[in-house]
Amino acid sequence: MSDHEYTPKSKFGKWFNDRLPLLTLANHLTDYPTPKNLNYWWTFGGILTFCLITQIVTGLVLAMHYIAHADMAFDSVEHIMRDVNYGWLIRYIHANGASMFFLAVYIHIFRSLFYGSYKAPREIIWIIGIIIYLLMMAAAFLGYVLPWGQMSFWGATVITNLFSAIPLVGEGIVTWLWGGYSVDNPTLTRFFTLHYLIPFLILGLVVLHIWALHVPGNNNPVGIDIKKPSKDTVPFHPYIVIKDGFALLMFMIVFAFFVFYTPNILGHADNYIEANPLVTPAHIVPEWYLLPFYAILRSVPDKLLGVVAMLSAILILAALPWLDTSKIRSAVFRPLYRQFYWILVADVLILGYVGAMPAEGLYLLVARVATAYYFLHFLVILPVLGWKEKTLPIPLSITEPILGGSPNLATAKNKESLNK
Amino acid sequence: MKNFFKIFSFIILFSGLSLSTQAAEKVEYLKTDWSFKGLFGKFDRAALQRGYQVYTEVCSSCHSMKYLSYRNLAEKGGPEFSIEQAKAIAASFEVKDGPNSDGDMFTRPGRLSDKFVMPYDNVQAAQAANGGAYPPDMSVLVKARGGGVDYIYSLLQGYEDPPAGVTLDDGVYYNKYMYGNKIKMANQLSDGLVEYSDGTTASVEQMSKDVTTFLMWSAEPHLESRHQMGFKAIVYLIILTILVYFSMKRIWSRIETEV
Repeated sequence: MSDHEYTPKSKFGKWFNDRLPLLTLANHLTDYPTPKNLNYWWTFGGILTFCLITQIVTGLVLAMHYIAHADMAFDSVEHIMRDVNYGWLIRYIHANGASMFFLAVYIHIFRSLFYGSYKAPREIIWIIGIIIYLLMMAAAFLGYVLPWGQMSFWGATVITNLFSAIPLVGEGIVTWLWGGYSVDNPTLTRFFTLHYLIPFLILGLVVLHIWALHVPGNNNPVGIDIKKPSKDTVPFHPYIVIKDGFALLMFMIVFAFFVFYTPNILGHADNYIEANPLVTPAHIVPEWYLLPFYAILRSVPDKLLGVVAMLSAILILAALPWLDTSKIRSAVFRPLYRQFYWILVADVLILGYVGAMPAEGLYLLVARVATAYYFLHFLVILPVLGWKEKTLPIPLSITEPILGGSPNLATAKNKESLNK
Repeated sequence: MKNFFKIFSFIILFSGLSLSTQAAEKVEYLKTDWSFKGLFGKFDRAALQRGYQVYTEVCSSCHSMKYLSYRNLAEKGGPEFSIEQAKAIAASFEVKDGPNSDGDMFTRPGRLSDKFVMPYDNVQAAQAANGGAYPPDMSVLVKARGGGVDYIYSLLQGYEDPPAGVTLDDGVYYNKYMYGNKIKMANQLSDGLVEYSDGTTASVEQMSKDVTTFLMWSAEPHLESRHQMGFKAIVYLIILTILVYFSMKRIWSRIETEV
């Protein structure tokens, strides 16, 4: 954060800034040198901030009308939908907002994977991001329980029961989580409390995430370290602000389409049936964004090992900066990694698909193969690839490939460029 | 080698897709034109009013609609009965109220602010009267079933004699659209069952369509304002996006990089 010394112009500004350097911070944020070749995949950070704020604001309003009680929660949601002014709008934004949030976060994560944004010196940014992602999943799960529909109830039952897989103390932990001997009113009230808490934890972590980003600066599609500020960078404002704004508006159009025209398509019909502990739904499925991990969980025949596999599938991401041994960041210059990257994308999509299907027959087989491949990618392919892969020469600066046409063309011309 | 990997990932994707088409092998529901579908979809007022009639005369003897009030019948975007009509409808029901100053419960004619009167006092009473099956509350029924309106519309017309080899217990009926084909509700609709005041012929198909439209409204009472607002919001966003796009082009033209 040491771009240049900033001194406010006005006397009061200087007086204030000496005591609380908010103006220095604002100046840093506007002047922040950003690589000028960031493509639209880089706009999802801003989009995610928008999603978080949207969820918090709509969530606050919903909480004013929602009643966290097993006998009244479902009714209070219908009250919001029918009798609260624009309650339907607020609720549909909040419900679809969760899906939009995950859509954006998956693009953000896969952008990182493609361009190697998790590599040194950005490991801390990456790990904070993984923690945010874990908290997002927790918040989404807890929030899905609150309408107290059938999927809420049975989803909560299935997920909390995962803790019973822990040897010796498992059953005790589940009872402790439930606040009773089954999912019931005490479970609902504590889930509501936690659902309210987590977004603010995420908000704090987002601040750290951005702070940690502003130390080394942004990665970029070429994946090389750049001098800042230099010919390779542009100030964050107005260049990146307007570009992020444009991308955000495009995203909002998609968002609005879901909210206004197909508000229930991403949810499950069973959640419009009030929770009934005596009737189990035919298929208990989580929301779409948790399906890949659900598939991994179910593909292991042993309950404990299944839980371990599911958690490892997420936590393995935190070790990614060390599992990927390649010195080159961007997949643009890693022809083999690029292929494996797309196979991983396909693998995760397949896991998501089989996660929505009953765990039997061909689906189970596919889920097992895909699970095995998921771990193979991170534990074997990535480390080996770093040693074996013959990477393309990388350019010296961003300006070169851009001025010379396509990155590959420029690098071909640039014979003396570094080849690590 | 490069091509190989491309093809490989393509195959994986393709197999995923073909799996999904296999899974989509479901019952084909009966189709009809719903006026409330699409960007500008609105309810057909007359259908909603007829649907309400079918609900009151047929369904309401077993199915409750606990989230609806009589005032909703006169609200914008719904059946839009006049206030007087809605008041008259409400007054035609006996509502249990109380306790009064003597501590007694009493009945009085319904008011606009009352919820729809329930056919049974509680779930147990409903089950006892229906051979153990609870007739589900219909307020959000359309949203609570996978096939939505098409499913309900089809189910009402899906009663058939059971195919050979299928034996049905007493009080169980065969319906080709029901999950598992066995349903505890007998066929309720027959041609001419209700007499529509607007002269529409009360065929089974017509009644099914009308009552399903009514159920769609009861599940999504603000559907019309949602569609209207959605159109405005999206048009606004598109115009703003275009303006921001040109501003962005202008700003970025100061440097030679493409956006």
